[in-house]
Amino acid sequence: MSALLEVSGVSVSFDGFRAINNLSFTIGPAELRAIIGPNGAGKTTFMDIVTGKTRPDAGTVSFGEKSVSLLSLTEAEIARAGVGRKFQRPTVFEDQTVHENLIMALKAHRSPWRVLVWREAAADRDKVAALAEEVGLLDALPRKAGELSHGQKQWLEIGMLLAQEPRLLLVDEPAAGMTLAEREHTTRLLVDMARTRAVVVVEHDMDFVRRLNCKVTVLHEGAVLAEGSLDHVTKNSDVIDVYLGRG
Amino acid sequence: MSRSFLAKNPSVLTFLLVLAIFTLTVTILSDAYGLAFVSTSFIKTLGKTLCLCLVALAMDLIWGYAGILSLGHMAFFALGGYGLGMWLMYARTEEIVVAALAQDVIPATAEEIRQGIATQIFGVVGASEFPAIWVFAHSFWLQIALVVLVPGGLAAVFGWLAFRSRVTGVYLSILTQAMTLALALYLFQNDSGLRGNNGLSGLQNLPGLDGVSQDRLSVWFLWGSALALGLGYVLLAWVVSGKFGSVIRAIRDDEQRVRFLGYSVEGYKLFVFTLTAVIAAIAGALYYPQAGIINPAELAPIASIYLAVWVAIGGRGRLYGAVIGAAFVSIVSSWFTGGRVPDVPLGFYTISWVDWWSVVLGLCFVLVTLFAPKGIGGLFDLVAGVRTPDRKGAALGPDDGALMEREAQE
Repeated sequence: MSALLEVSGVSVSFDGFRAINNLSFTIGPAELRAIIGPNGAGKTTFMDIVTGKTRPDAGTVSFGEKSVSLLSLTEAEIARAGVGRKFQRPTVFEDQTVHENLIMALKAHRSPWRVLVWREAAADRDKVAALAEEVGLLDALPRKAGELSHGQKQWLEIGMLLAQEPRLLLVDEPAAGMTLAEREHTTRLLVDMARTRAVVVVEHDMDFVRRLNCKVTVLHEGAVLAEGSLDHVTKNSDVIDVYLGRG
Repeated sequence: MSRSFLAKNPSVLTFLLVLAIFTLTVTILSDAYGLAFVSTSFIKTLGKTLCLCLVALAMDLIWGYAGILSLGHMAFFALGGYGLGMWLMYARTEEIVVAALAQDVIPATAEEIRQGIATQIFGVVGASEFPAIWVFAHSFWLQIALVVLVPGGLAAVFGWLAFRSRVTGVYLSILTQAMTLALALYLFQNDSGLRGNNGLSGLQNLPGLDGVSQDRLSVWFLWGSALALGLGYVLLAWVVSGKFGSVIRAIRDDEQRVRFLGYSVEGYKLFVFTLTAVIAAIAGALYYPQAGIINPAELAPIASIYLAVWVAIGGRGRLYGAVIGAAFVSIVSSWFTGGRVPDVPLGFYTISWVDWWSVVLGLCFVLVTLFAPKGIGGLFDLVAGVRTPDRKGAALGPDDGALMEREAQE
């Protein structure tokens, strides 16, 4: 199985502080992966690099069958290539309806001229309805996104990501601030999504990671410390040192 | 949800109706076509106000919808005025020169006529040659093309440079302000080719229409301005009603998120900036023949700031708000600064409105921004019973997406 995303030898420093240090990471086209690590381990910086928000000082990031380098693309081009990102804080467009939010995310041409003449077809309406149903927001379609509860906003954002039809999904702390029932729903969604695409979940919460039941990558000081099943990495002495602060 | 454009935008029909009734009423009350109840100069003021409403619409699209506070759009407005003004002045002077030379025994050559026009127009700045930028001034259609192309081109180049470097917020506002100031200072020079601080004048006289009185011309221009405003309103309502409107409002609220959806934020900003510059230029081309004169003072930074004030007071983020703001504030402004409002003697000090009007306007701007961010347009919400959800408490963070106090506690 060839890799969908291949990050190799990436380093980046901010004012002399090495946030990412010779990091290498690969993920297949239909795989669920959890990234854990203490604060400042470089989890968010890693996502910033893959999505084009931060440019690394060294290393390569290649994506897809043709191994396109993501480093020369803008954020928007990377998103169009098939990388979706969900932020920790739900970022939906609060002033617009759930329907408008989903329509905007729906996979379609993105250039200003094409968007200007774009008009909603029956197929688009069906797609939006199906997506809304999947994330449990069918009844909320005409409501403004700002009126939704915190958990519903998280799902709306997940729905928007699904609408983009990304091949790689980066999810930052999806369970933060969710109730137990909402967490279970989110877990189901993520596991479902990973059947057809690559999903990378960054998470602090070990219980949540255990529920995902997938391969885990442990980051520490900007590099990979250990990789494997959750049971495997939690037995690793390096990981124990880092988490318990003996290192 | 597949309703027609008009059904989705009920304000369009209402707006067109109000505009049509307004135009018809003024026509009936005019000197030339009716009861002679309204003076020609007031009809010109109304026609000019319609043009200001059109440029306010453009300002609302770029500021109210796309969130880019441009403080340079009146520069595009003035450039449009200069563009048409060049043709008006050339063609008008040509008529005079040809008439003068016709008295000579030997018929004048084309070169002599051209020389005569140049001396007439540029004598005031001590020149007698046509500068290179006047090369198309003899042709109405070419000059009309320039009315659109020059401001559009300038906006495209300026916008490309600014947006590509991701200049946003107050820095972009300062940059656009600097652009209009630089342009004004350049045009003040006598050798800029546009007659320096004299500007272009006599624009109210249309070439070939000597037999038509200003009474009738003013009404014609009122019709033209109303037509342009109506078309502009429909166009912009169409632009903001679909997915494009969604995307630019999303850029206003969180542009980084829009990038991660795959939209090229810079491309959209450039598109909106250029489109609004062209609309401003068309409004300017209709405005200055009614004003009769244009000079570099029209590009002063304060003009663009006024534009922002109109839109803020009218209510940004809704098209009719911009129109109401521009119409209301500019008419009240010209009333207060026209010296017809009685002074208020306080005994120890006399308030003269001509001097104090800018203070009142500034105060209104601050009060509206602080206490009624929806502006005058927000009154329509009160009537229609639309309320923003009461989310209790102050926002916790500076971000629009941040949780509200009470929500976070729950």
